[in-house]
Amino acid sequence: MENHAIEMLGITKVFPGVVANDDITLRVRENEVHALLGENGAGKSTLMSILFGLYEADGGRILVRGKPATIRDPNDANALGIGMVHQHFKLVHNYTVTENIVLGLEPRSRAGNVDLASAGKKVAALSSLYNLDVDPKARIETISVGMQQRVEILKILYRDADILIFDEPTAVLTPQEVDELMGILKRLRAEGKTIVLITHKLGEIKSAADRCTVLRRGKVIGTVDVAATSEERMAEMMVGRIVQFRIDKGAARIGPVVLSVRGLTVRNAKGFAALSDFDLEVRAGEVVGIAGVDGNGQTELIQAITGLTEPDSGTILLKGRDITRMSIRERIALGVGHVPEDRHKHGLVLKFRLDENLALKTFGRPPFSGALGLLNFRKIAEHALEMIRQFDIRAGEGPATKASSMSGGNQQKAIIAREIDLSPELLVVAQPTRGLDVGAIEYIHKRIVEERDKGRAVLLVSLELDEVMALCDRIAAISKGRIVGIVDALGASEREIGAMMGGHRAPGQTDPGAGASGTGGAA
Amino acid sequence: MKAGGKTFLERVASSNPAISALVVLLGFLCGTLLVIAVGKDPLNMYRAIFQVLTGWDLTRGTWNSRYIGEWLVASVPLILCGLSMGFAARTGLFNIGGEGQYIVGLTAAQFVALLGPQVPVLHWILAVTAAMSAAALWGGIVGYLKARYSVSEVVATIMMNYIAFFASRYLTQLIPGTNTYKTPNFPETARLANDWLLDLTNKSRLNNGLFIALLAVLFFWFIMEKTRTGFALRATGFNKDAARYGGIDVTKNLVLAMAISGMFAGLAGAIVSLGSFSYGRVLGGMDGYGFTGIAVALVGNSTAPGTLISGLLFGMLQSAQPLMQSRQIPKEVTYIISGLVVVFISLRAGFGLILEARSKQRARKEATRDE
Repeated sequence: MENHAIEMLGITKVFPGVVANDDITLRVRENEVHALLGENGAGKSTLMSILFGLYEADGGRILVRGKPATIRDPNDANALGIGMVHQHFKLVHNYTVTENIVLGLEPRSRAGNVDLASAGKKVAALSSLYNLDVDPKARIETISVGMQQRVEILKILYRDADILIFDEPTAVLTPQEVDELMGILKRLRAEGKTIVLITHKLGEIKSAADRCTVLRRGKVIGTVDVAATSEERMAEMMVGRIVQFRIDKGAARIGPVVLSVRGLTVRNAKGFAALSDFDLEVRAGEVVGIAGVDGNGQTELIQAITGLTEPDSGTILLKGRDITRMSIRERIALGVGHVPEDRHKHGLVLKFRLDENLALKTFGRPPFSGALGLLNFRKIAEHALEMIRQFDIRAGEGPATKASSMSGGNQQKAIIAREIDLSPELLVVAQPTRGLDVGAIEYIHKRIVEERDKGRAVLLVSLELDEVMALCDRIAAISKGRIVGIVDALGASEREIGAMMGGHRAPGQTDPGAGASGTGGAA
Repeated sequence: MKAGGKTFLERVASSNPAISALVVLLGFLCGTLLVIAVGKDPLNMYRAIFQVLTGWDLTRGTWNSRYIGEWLVASVPLILCGLSMGFAARTGLFNIGGEGQYIVGLTAAQFVALLGPQVPVLHWILAVTAAMSAAALWGGIVGYLKARYSVSEVVATIMMNYIAFFASRYLTQLIPGTNTYKTPNFPETARLANDWLLDLTNKSRLNNGLFIALLAVLFFWFIMEKTRTGFALRATGFNKDAARYGGIDVTKNLVLAMAISGMFAGLAGAIVSLGSFSYGRVLGGMDGYGFTGIAVALVGNSTAPGTLISGLLFGMLQSAQPLMQSRQIPKEVTYIISGLVVVFISLRAGFGLILEARSKQRARKEATRDE
């Protein structure tokens, strides 16, 4: 069994200021599913980019099937039978599945025009061999994200790759689609393929991988046999310390209704109802989570509540006051805090200093602005120092640090600090831990639970079902802009919520107006 | 990993004023080489420049303060148009309409000068105020179109330049006694002349406009750097989405930024008209200050002090032209220098790339040394 499909020996890759890969050795056996586990920034993607020819290593050797290989670009990798399913798909949306697959390798008929018919046959054959169930004639824009991923897989198989790299393949999938993908991985292995699975999710490794190599801060911590290693042990290797999976939180002390959304309809730019006739209540002292696959109306819901989008109909009440048409500034003054889903687009002015960012919502009022609208820079900096202390924000030059030079985790801490410091009645939190490492995630979760225990109402939107399950008191599943059902987090199962996210109402749910077969354009 | 000491080049690249200074030096270096290439004595170019800056004529050994006055006269509208461009740029807008706003200001000032009440001091203050208001409105329209209907301010301002130009010609010709190129003379009460400056600079055209321009520089700095209005404008300029998210009224700020931007250009129009001319003009072509202002703001990094210095530099090049020609240096050299300066400034991104590659190399070396 010691035939290796890939050996990467002593790989070193340096970026300005960072050693992304520090003498990494990875050995992937023929015909195994090998997981590459590590936090964000551990060097997984860099290592695989080197294997795929996107980066050039500064040191080390690569052997493919025992032979030394030089991989300068993805064409070299393809020639060696290495294919990659990227996290962000590279598909042409108005082309069909077959057209996308043959792109760059178009088979020619004798007359010189593209012979799609024979290509379609090959695609259909591959699809049925691996149980992928893909329609070769479907257009990409009409098929689901899970299907698009399968098209990416077919693209690689069509090029006769037998070493397949998957970069965080489950990030965009529903729980059902994740299960199906795991089945596909097993099927691929049964047909003799070798698979490298990049991930930071332990459950996936347990269910699909044979062996796992753990990276931390650019170094290999070890390679383990998955069947013989517990999830806790792998998490510890990944983070470098024992990780608490459970979030400590007591029972919710629920107060009166703070946020009440009634019959909310929001049309997107194309005129489709991204959110239709949406009802939701959030009470003081509880965290309500919105579980759903990306693009099912979550963004529109948050933007309508915080004032970034104007709803087409419906009302939004904050403590009984109608805020549906209020300006953003008025909402901030009334106590709506908002941790936005895109921290670079909305959350921060990256070219501003940290202290200016921390005052982004309050610069216009005392103590930061005095008579005649003069800014009090001393007060702004002092406030920043206090926030840095309270929220453990790491910034090289203190209040004067440019926001753009801070790490993602510290940027997010700064945003959380600013929003919590507003002591809002309602804290709307979207994707609070996207792209952060485990340490920052733990900290941010703790802060959110603290706000709940202080009696604030918290509305959480996250694409990570684990996060929603762990933090929330009640969970509302959203699909195609409608609520499919609301369940208590205690006793809810991942399966049940996953089914609702897919649009299937859970048994026993009798939520009016939650038709599961919406025709909205939230695909 | 420790960043280590910065190299000289990195320090220069991380400082905008240093880049501007470097770029200006480069521009002069190329200009000098060019003068040598066409077989002239580059020292003559510098003698002309020296004469503009100090009044000393090194060839004849004479001194005349009028040259200094003329240098400042040429610089004032450039500084103001630079402020106009810079103020909009800081809010994320590209105001190509400085020229149009300048014309609107100039036209409004001429009307008030010819038709307003002939009360000393009050008369020119009224004329200048009218110029500022009219140009602010002219700029504000563009800001409103941008904020409300997403009309590109670049396209809108370019087109409004022509509207301003032809409207100015048409309206000015309606003033009684106006022929095809000039109106009757302004009454003395409307002029910006200042006897003290006249004496000091040996009858140059230097006038009260100098003080108005300096006040404008202060106003720019104060609003932009010290007030909450400036904070909101800068936030809008850097990231419109984050500004909106932070409760800043982006629409209002875009209109405000364009209005203040227009105000600066309009002020330039009023000062040129009431300071350098004794009659109103039916414009035969665009004066070009508004366009040169774009270059002034670029070199001055759109800050108040930077624009002041950069305006003085461009003014120096402009008023050195006749002196260069009298020394057999083609005056076109000044255009080449200012053109090169703008090109080099635009290459800043390129400098950044070179430095990035260098620091990458260094990081690699350090990493291998650690092992």
